[in-house]
Amino acid sequence: MSEELEFLLSLVLSGASIGLMYSLIALGFVLVYKATDAINFAQGEFVMLAGLIVVVALSFESMPLIVAIAIVVAAMIGFGFGLERVVLRPLLGRPVVAVIMATIGLAAIIRGLGPVIFGKEVRALSLPIGDEPITLGPASLPPIQVLGAVVAVVFFIAFSWFFKKSRMGVAMRAVADNQQVAQAMGINVERYFALAWAMAGIVSALGGVVWGAMLGVDVQLSLVGLKVFPVVILGGLDSIGGALVGGLIVGIVESLAAGYLDPYVGGGTKDFAPYVLMILMLMVRPYGIFGRRQIERV
Amino acid sequence: MVWAAARREAAREGDNQLVVEGVSKRFGGVVAVQDVSLEVPTGSIVSIIGPNGAGKTSLLNMISGFYKPDTGRIVLEGQDITQRKPSDIAALGVARTFQNIALFSGLTVLDNLMLGRHVRMKAGVLASVIYWGMAQKEDIAHRQVVEEIIEFLKLQDLRKLQTAALAYGLRKRVELGRALALEPKVLLLDEPMGGMNQDEKEDMARYILDVNQERGVTVVLIEHDMGVVMDISDRVVVLDRGRRIASGTPEEVQRDPAVIQAYLGASKGGRA
Repeated sequence: MSEELEFLLSLVLSGASIGLMYSLIALGFVLVYKATDAINFAQGEFVMLAGLIVVVALSFESMPLIVAIAIVVAAMIGFGFGLERVVLRPLLGRPVVAVIMATIGLAAIIRGLGPVIFGKEVRALSLPIGDEPITLGPASLPPIQVLGAVVAVVFFIAFSWFFKKSRMGVAMRAVADNQQVAQAMGINVERYFALAWAMAGIVSALGGVVWGAMLGVDVQLSLVGLKVFPVVILGGLDSIGGALVGGLIVGIVESLAAGYLDPYVGGGTKDFAPYVLMILMLMVRPYGIFGRRQIERV
Repeated sequence: MVWAAARREAAREGDNQLVVEGVSKRFGGVVAVQDVSLEVPTGSIVSIIGPNGAGKTSLLNMISGFYKPDTGRIVLEGQDITQRKPSDIAALGVARTFQNIALFSGLTVLDNLMLGRHVRMKAGVLASVIYWGMAQKEDIAHRQVVEEIIEFLKLQDLRKLQTAALAYGLRKRVELGRALALEPKVLLLDEPMGGMNQDEKEDMARYILDVNQERGVTVVLIEHDMGVVMDISDRVVVLDRGRRIASGTPEEVQRDPAVIQAYLGASKGGRA
């Protein structure tokens, strides 16, 4: 009995830590959707791009890790601002499909250009945290998973504070709530759109560091972006808390599927279980657990 | 003294704070507003009335920059604002409320009012990150302005409530407060009393008069309640089917045959 329970608990803990790392990436998606109504299909590619930038920065000798992280954060902020200005602003007011297609195109471009510029091989991204598993109750987790979870939690606390307390965060919520009225208050809506993309850049930068360290950096890294969709559908496309909870659910479901189902069917359920959940959610509650009920503006 | 001189100067120039010159707007084949002109003297209350679909809100939307007129121009204190962005026009001192209450529903009353201060906040997006202390100091000053408005509109007990939880009449009042937080020169009110009961209407009329007289804010008002309009307006402009059919003092407008016809229903083909 207690062995059973320990097995379950260790699966849940391991799933939760991975789930928090999904939440981190989903946060980038939600920030953009909430503020600008744009659906970003390139979120995984943002993470891959950030991973590439970090490994390239670290390939310079005697580059301190902290500086490399500062570089990738700065680069991804610049990337976010630039993207909004060059690609998305001209598409303002166009049908939603235009923006979706633009981000899909962008994803392909980043996936294609990454290897062209940085080479095709998988590059290791090693952080000075060792390989010694960290024991957490019944579970023993790889240190990178613990670090990833901690980074995600820190980001969620920071963003909750930002949106509740800071002047910019409150203005951003106003923009998300009603663009027209925000403009009548003198809020420069486009500036906040750019800020949302830059914040997605920051989140992706750290996502690239922790996911890159876990999986290695190559084109495959962009696939973590696919997990964003079950996360945000479960949590709610426009909810920051939803990204957190959605990520936890997806991580835990994956982990349970891997622990309980895979041994019987020979593996693979872990990879599609979150999507089954996503489709079920779309049927019963298409706006997610915390999402605004009315997602489309009339 | 400088201020008084500027006032006299303005008075000599005819003292129109806001001038709308021959604006038209069509949406596809539908003409919403056709060749409408309007003068708003500084410090006055000007009401725009007319049947549903007369183009009143479209006109207001052009003044606040949401629609760009197809023809004509809009001048604020001698400055052409026809092509300016809504956020720029707000920054120039034009605040407004909306026909269907447009408060930010997930935010508290206080946050909504503080957002009204947005254009007066000098510390920009980046500066407020870098010089956090400066932004904080500024916030205290803004908070004082907002507290005055809270007191003026008797919203003391509602500060921390989410606006979605408020009664209808209160939400209208909060929306007025948010517009006032801009410290506007010109206040555009789109049916501020729509859907209110008699008591609430009287309160709102009182507030509008106070804003106009004590704070010297010029008011442009769309309202259906004729009693209120005739009571508080200095001038009334009547629109019907996108055209201006009359304008003048409340007494003049009430006697105007075109207005009576538009309101009482015209005989067939009898409209000019």
